[in-house]
Amino acid sequence: MSASIERDASVSTPGSAPAPRPMPTASRSYRFPQFERERLDNGMQLVVAPVTKLPIATVIVIVEAGASAEPTGKEGVAALTARLLPEGAGGLDGAVLAERFECLGASVESHADWDVAAVSLTALTAQLPAALALVRDLLRAPAFPEREVARLKEERLAELLQQRAEPRGLADEQFARALYAPDVRYAAPPDGDAESVRALTRDDVRAFYAARYRPAATTLVIAGDVTVTEARTLADTLFGDWVGELAVPVTTAVDTAQRGRLTRIVSKLDAPQSEVRVGHVGLPRSAPDYFDAMVMNAVLGGLFSSRINLNLREAHGYTYGAFSAFEWRRGSGPFVVSTAVKSDVTGAAVREILGEIERIRRDEIDEEELTLATSYLDGVFPIRYETTAAIAAALANLVVHSLPDDYYDRYRDRVRAVTTHGVLRAAQAHLHPDRMRIVVVGDPSVIATPLGEAAGMTPDVVLPERLERPA
Amino acid sequence: MDIPIERFTLPNGLTVILSEDHTAPLVAVNLWYHVGSANERHGRTGFAHLFEHMLFQGSADVGANEHFELVQRAGGTLNGSTWLDRTNYFETVPSNQLELALWLEANRMGWLLPAMTQQKLDTQRDVVQNERRWSMDNQPYGTWWERLPALAFPADHPFHHSLIGSMSDLDAASLEDIAQFFATYYTPDNAVLSIAGDFDDAEARTMVERHFSSIPRGAGRPALPDMVVPSTYGGPVREVVTDDVMLPRLFLAARSPVFGSDAYYAASVAAGIIGMRKGSRMYRALVRDQQLAAEAQAFTYDLAKGSDLLVVDVTARPETTVEQLEAAVHAELDAIVETGVTAEEVARVVTMIETDLVASLQSASERADKLSMFATYFGDPGLVNEQAGRYRAVRAEQVNAFLRTRLVRANRATLLYVPREADAATPGNELAMAEAP
Repeated sequence: MSASIERDASVSTPGSAPAPRPMPTASRSYRFPQFERERLDNGMQLVVAPVTKLPIATVIVIVEAGASAEPTGKEGVAALTARLLPEGAGGLDGAVLAERFECLGASVESHADWDVAAVSLTALTAQLPAALALVRDLLRAPAFPEREVARLKEERLAELLQQRAEPRGLADEQFARALYAPDVRYAAPPDGDAESVRALTRDDVRAFYAARYRPAATTLVIAGDVTVTEARTLADTLFGDWVGELAVPVTTAVDTAQRGRLTRIVSKLDAPQSEVRVGHVGLPRSAPDYFDAMVMNAVLGGLFSSRINLNLREAHGYTYGAFSAFEWRRGSGPFVVSTAVKSDVTGAAVREILGEIERIRRDEIDEEELTLATSYLDGVFPIRYETTAAIAAALANLVVHSLPDDYYDRYRDRVRAVTTHGVLRAAQAHLHPDRMRIVVVGDPSVIATPLGEAAGMTPDVVLPERLERPA
Repeated sequence: MDIPIERFTLPNGLTVILSEDHTAPLVAVNLWYHVGSANERHGRTGFAHLFEHMLFQGSADVGANEHFELVQRAGGTLNGSTWLDRTNYFETVPSNQLELALWLEANRMGWLLPAMTQQKLDTQRDVVQNERRWSMDNQPYGTWWERLPALAFPADHPFHHSLIGSMSDLDAASLEDIAQFFATYYTPDNAVLSIAGDFDDAEARTMVERHFSSIPRGAGRPALPDMVVPSTYGGPVREVVTDDVMLPRLFLAARSPVFGSDAYYAASVAAGIIGMRKGSRMYRALVRDQQLAAEAQAFTYDLAKGSDLLVVDVTARPETTVEQLEAAVHAELDAIVETGVTAEEVARVVTMIETDLVASLQSASERADKLSMFATYFGDPGLVNEQAGRYRAVRAEQVNAFLRTRLVRANRATLLYVPREADAATPGNELAMAEAP
């Protein structure tokens, strides 16, 4: 901008008109951090992204040991196994391990989701070798002490008990049960329910570990202030002599059942709000029209400025927020619209949600709406990868979903290539008004009638006390 | 690993802080207004936060839903938040969109009122009342956010009342309140603007002057009342709440030295030794060894005025009674006061805090927010670069001195949540509270 404009502005008197809306300047190019993939002799994968901005690094070790790999009847064993890794390993008990990690400034997290188990930490570069040596013990020499198995089971049961009084968690859990057939793994919580968790034993954990924690089923992701050579040397030293046959591949549950509409109230008397979930079985991460579906969802309910949020929040004031999402898993995860609304507008809110789903299937969105979503997803891309933790998570995502190495380099082009017609096609192919499962945690005496009218069917009512008895 | 800091002030009093970093083509814009729920007048609890919502409802040249849309269309992220003594607004945008973010912030700082309507106020009142239901009223233990400060600060103290506000006070808020609050507090001389990331220093200065310099200085603000409280409660403070929860949970607040003071850093390290992650005393004793608790943590509120609070938060296991939980927490705190902490424990916590600090400074948004914070509270954004050193200087003796003076029984306000089904068996489920004389 020219100096004369600057002087004009600086001599303007207080209270004068605001400066006009500015135009963007030329954008600077950006590239997702470069990374390399290598494979150790034992089959273990290594993915390294050297990012040297600050003396820090994030490690994520992913293992093909998620909930989808559990034997039938052992629901929750994947999560229990992952959580037990830092509770005793390499001759050290859990308390000492926690202290060792924390003295390095690195808190270790371990958990299992639907697809994989993951052990992760962030540490200053200087502490990375020592922290990674402890991670080696967790992965290769876990002890699974009987006492800690029992304790973590009890903690999971306490969490499930808590959930009965927690409307959001209860709504999510009941929604999944309403979506999938009971024999599909996705119907139960990823960490297991009370019945399955109570039945788990140390032997179950040891058997699951023995079957799934193998070098060829493991990927070490490092993003941060390291070179590829340094990372390779660390990996070879710590994991090179880890042996084990390749685990039996995991077959991911696919739910093919076509179920019709359901409307269910999970009773919470005197609830000041209703927790609402509306949706059905979605599609797997590997769907060929992933980008069309993702942009369609952004327009429908993925962004703050999406149709559903602007309708329910900004136009009606029904809620603090409303959004929609496809839960991307290897198998077909849920498509869900989630919101919490004042009890007396529950029926009206569900009517608006169903109306927005009908509308995006019926009419092609206009170009303005499309570009709001695509220019957001395009522009925000560099902002998503400011930290080593975010970069490592993005690389782990590549591994979990078998995405190509150039996925992030091509991401923005593929977002920009989505058309209004592609959005309409995705809405028609992947949103199914006749299959909507509507689950509301709320007060039936207030919401049953209006909800029934909005959904076009009488809701069934379940009591949370009947859902699961505590020990 | 100091971050660079440039600072200047416009003639209208706006403090501007610049911190360049060209790692990625993005820039964070962050505005702190030195106003929060502490500044609310009687009968208007929740107003500062409701007002924050109204700042996203447009201004003279920005339409009703346009603020979010313009930033998102530009590829940016944005939000705002309200705290006891400040309100912040922030965007991270691609660096070529810096001026858009500055224009949006300037437009609402200078020319908000033409866009304010009764209908927008009514809708945002509904949204905020739903936020209250969602975050507090329909959430187990959710009311701790307003109950704990209410226990820890006397009734007339600016930190005593609810930040999210009562439903009736929210109902009472009017457009006149909006105009008055805006004129009083949303002025350039009561704000700090920080810009962090990929920008050119001279260009950014030009843009800031172009958009902000014509906004007039404010006419002055009423001073907050004296915020200083006695360093301990001086006696038992306790409240028992029977609620729709499944497990007992205890919140304990000790008055502690204000954020940023020399003694604060020792208090912060003490909180870490008591309840930062799994190696901490409380976790180890109550969750791991005694298995009385399902979760345990401790932290400081980081209040920079009057008094800070060190909070211990422990959730019982199903078989643990309220009495056992409360006794075990007090016993653990008594033990740490009695025996003190070791240099090794201090080192563990300082190392974790330092790692967290470096990790957070990777993000332009975090850098900008910390710069605004230190400039707002202490007039010195450069303090962001001194934090690691301040923590490293903490010695076990200082932590022990803090524990002996501040974690005594006379400085433990306890807020106990009790499951409704169990209340018949629990003594003292009526509001049992005794403030210090």
